[in-house]
Amino acid sequence: MALLSLNNIEVVYDRVFLAVKGVSIEVPENGLVALLGANGAGKSTILKSISGLLKPERGEVTRGQVTFEGEDILALDPPERVRRGLVHVLEGRRVFEHLTPEENLLAATSMHADRRRVKSLVEEMFGLFPRLAERNRAKAGYLSGGEQQMLAIARALMTRPKLILLDEPSLGLAPFLVDEIFDTIRRINTESGTAVLLVEQNAVAALDVAQSAYLIEQGRIVMSGTAEVLKANPDIQQAYLGGGSNVDYHAVKHYRRRKRWLA
Amino acid sequence: MNAVAPKDLTVEHWPVREDGLPATLVAALARNAAESGSRIAFREREHGIWREWSWRQALHEVISLAAGLEARGLKAGDALTVVGDNRASIYFAMLAANALGAFPSPVYPDVPVDEFGNYMRFGDPRIALAEDQEQVDKLLDLRDRTGRPETILFDDPRGMGAYGDKGIVSIAELRAEGAQILAERTGLAAELVNRATGENIAVLLYSSGTTGLPKGIPLKHRNVVGGIKNAEAGQYFQRHEELFAYLPTAWVGDFIFTLGAGVLLVATINIPERQETALHDLREVAPTFYLAAPRAWDNMLTRVQVGMADSTNLKRRLFDYFMPKAIELERKRLAGEPIGLGERLRDWLGEILVYGPIKDFLGLSRAERAFTGGEAMGEETFLFFRGLGIKLKQFYGQTETCALSAAQVEGSVKLHTVGKAMPGVEVKIADDGEILLRSASVIDGYADDAEASAKAIVDGWLRTGDAGHIEPDGHLVVLGRVSEVVRTAQGERFIPNFIENRIKFSSFVRNVAVIGAGREELTAIVCIDYEAVGHWAERRSITYGSYAELSQKPQVLDLVAGVIAHVNQAQPEGLRVRRFVNLHKDFDADDGEITRTRKLRRGVIEESYAKLIEALYSGEARVTFDAAITYEDGTRGVLSRELEIREVPS
Repeated sequence: MALLSLNNIEVVYDRVFLAVKGVSIEVPENGLVALLGANGAGKSTILKSISGLLKPERGEVTRGQVTFEGEDILALDPPERVRRGLVHVLEGRRVFEHLTPEENLLAATSMHADRRRVKSLVEEMFGLFPRLAERNRAKAGYLSGGEQQMLAIARALMTRPKLILLDEPSLGLAPFLVDEIFDTIRRINTESGTAVLLVEQNAVAALDVAQSAYLIEQGRIVMSGTAEVLKANPDIQQAYLGGGSNVDYHAVKHYRRRKRWLA
Repeated sequence: MNAVAPKDLTVEHWPVREDGLPATLVAALARNAAESGSRIAFREREHGIWREWSWRQALHEVISLAAGLEARGLKAGDALTVVGDNRASIYFAMLAANALGAFPSPVYPDVPVDEFGNYMRFGDPRIALAEDQEQVDKLLDLRDRTGRPETILFDDPRGMGAYGDKGIVSIAELRAEGAQILAERTGLAAELVNRATGENIAVLLYSSGTTGLPKGIPLKHRNVVGGIKNAEAGQYFQRHEELFAYLPTAWVGDFIFTLGAGVLLVATINIPERQETALHDLREVAPTFYLAAPRAWDNMLTRVQVGMADSTNLKRRLFDYFMPKAIELERKRLAGEPIGLGERLRDWLGEILVYGPIKDFLGLSRAERAFTGGEAMGEETFLFFRGLGIKLKQFYGQTETCALSAAQVEGSVKLHTVGKAMPGVEVKIADDGEILLRSASVIDGYADDAEASAKAIVDGWLRTGDAGHIEPDGHLVVLGRVSEVVRTAQGERFIPNFIENRIKFSSFVRNVAVIGAGREELTAIVCIDYEAVGHWAERRSITYGSYAELSQKPQVLDLVAGVIAHVNQAQPEGLRVRRFVNLHKDFDADDGEITRTRKLRRGVIEESYAKLIEALYSGEARVTFDAAITYEDGTRGVLSRELEIREVPS
């Protein structure tokens, strides 16, 4: 059975704006699944419907079910979902800038009563992200973008999740940092067996680490399959993989392409 | 794209036929410029703003382009290849070619380079007009292979900056060149208007080519003017219509119903910004005359149904109450039964609350004359739109008759017929059941193909290739293609297309191929309609992530089995579809399974799905199928899919 499954989710903002329709997604135990799509396709909305963070944005799941470990979680509030082992790393890092990395990590441990356990978790995170330990004296606001992203991920891992939702971890990072982040994601997935649902615009990087992926366009899934199948699809290559590294921008064509999303 | 206001032009004399009608489309254009010069002829949406051309301005555009084309070497009897979506300048260029005694030869924009040569076989087209960069590149590719076209004209300058000359000229430049010539040579405009005659070819179209190479079908001005005269006499067309130019330019329907009827009957031709915005632009235009293929009407119905299902409670209830009543009332009207006062009152109320708003939403609130043709239409769709108050009618015609042969007449619309022959059209049934037609709109023969012409046109009668009969009241019933009549192994005669159409009447089925010629029983390959079935599945919480996955869901297989079982009820025992498979993809013109006009290519289907067809008859429950796909850019891929084969419950 899948760890997380979305069944025909429909999300409406402000009671009028239909953002996502008929979306069904499955994340298996220990799986690493990617959600791809252009800006405004509805990827972040889908993540928020899973973590329960739609309400502050006046969004609502108007149809469908979200089941986690076989249980419908739509009625649960976000903190309860975190307790069940489901954590969401929002887009744009959002660390507590005036706190140190360690204090940031501690902020996520209100659910753990055991001090020793918290201590060992912090050690574990510093082991996973040695850079954070090195910079533990600085305020988080002074960390680089990549370090802040690592901190955000580490802070989420402090809750000991079974599933981590990552929203655009590569946003605004230099290419070598992107590699490092994705390497970390792969390690989290393989070493601790945490399932990952990854939203990415950087389709090349995402398809390299993910086992399977869904492609969202205008609030609907238009294609899904294993990463290999998606990578081989010419429509995806054209639209998301850039079709090769040496693009001659003088030769870019203004074609009206019809995409068939065959898989 | 030109910032300067288009100039005016009027000409005093133009060629006229004995019956007083203009002899050519250019003559009609000149007449319009002289008699209703300030009326709006063309409107085109560009960057959201509607640009307008009066008839005087349109004549100036056309004559300028004609002068420019002549200077670039277009001669009488030449073809001008035209490829692109509907644009005002493309229509102007088509008429400009006509002014020179030359003719446009429009090609579907999605025809790939490899096939493109098939559409340049006649009229030695050395000049081609492309809409945009994509089509220009295609033509350049073609020029590298065949040396033609020597001159490429383009409309949309986007991305064209770096191309240099190489015989590539923008329409704007050509127009400026022509205007220059026109200014220098007084009397040229009048001479150009009078140069072509009714015997010149107005347009060269191509047959759909379901089997082999498409044939060239030249329509002369005499045919076009004659056909539209017939249609006007039958009141199918009226003067001063608001037309919506969105049909593919390479389809006979666009040239005749939009450009031909538009110019001859002084209509206003409204052109949407792009294919993708057509539905939106339709609402801004609200045409008085609307022609769409049955498929497009089906899609519109699906759109309304899906929209209503997602609507508010009140709206949904009103719709659910009034719509079945409207359809019931329409059924009564068609049957000629009396309508009671209560029903009239309810209809009036329904118009205010439900029908009117829906028509407005669709952009059809002013559509007095709405038509469909080319294929059979499902009863559900037909009654729905007529129930709304849109007087939808079927017409019957083929490219060889300018598509103007027969149509239903308001007051005697019968669902199973295509109506009566239009005034001026003679129709009879040959001994073998084939429909024969004779009228002013019938072509003289195919392009450079005496053999095919002799076969198709005998003593002025066109052998349509359709099987049918005439009912006692003169209504024509079309059964299907004579050439498609096949027999099962038991010797039962049937037309696969007839059964396919009935299956396709369900909005859940987008395409279907019925197989059974020479076989013991009938089977079918079904392509579901992604939107309709997708929505159906969502409402039932059936999860799916792609077309392929959805098509193989057991519930969806049940759904399709039900659709086929329903059709089977009306079929004789030996002609029931016994087994079917849901295909993992839709039939696509890029894969060669259907033509650009969405007609099945049986030969291709039987060849590429041979393994699947074998499995349909071997009694297997599942089959693993490697499907070859051709993408739009010509690259090929293979998909391996396991497909389930279902028995149809009896």
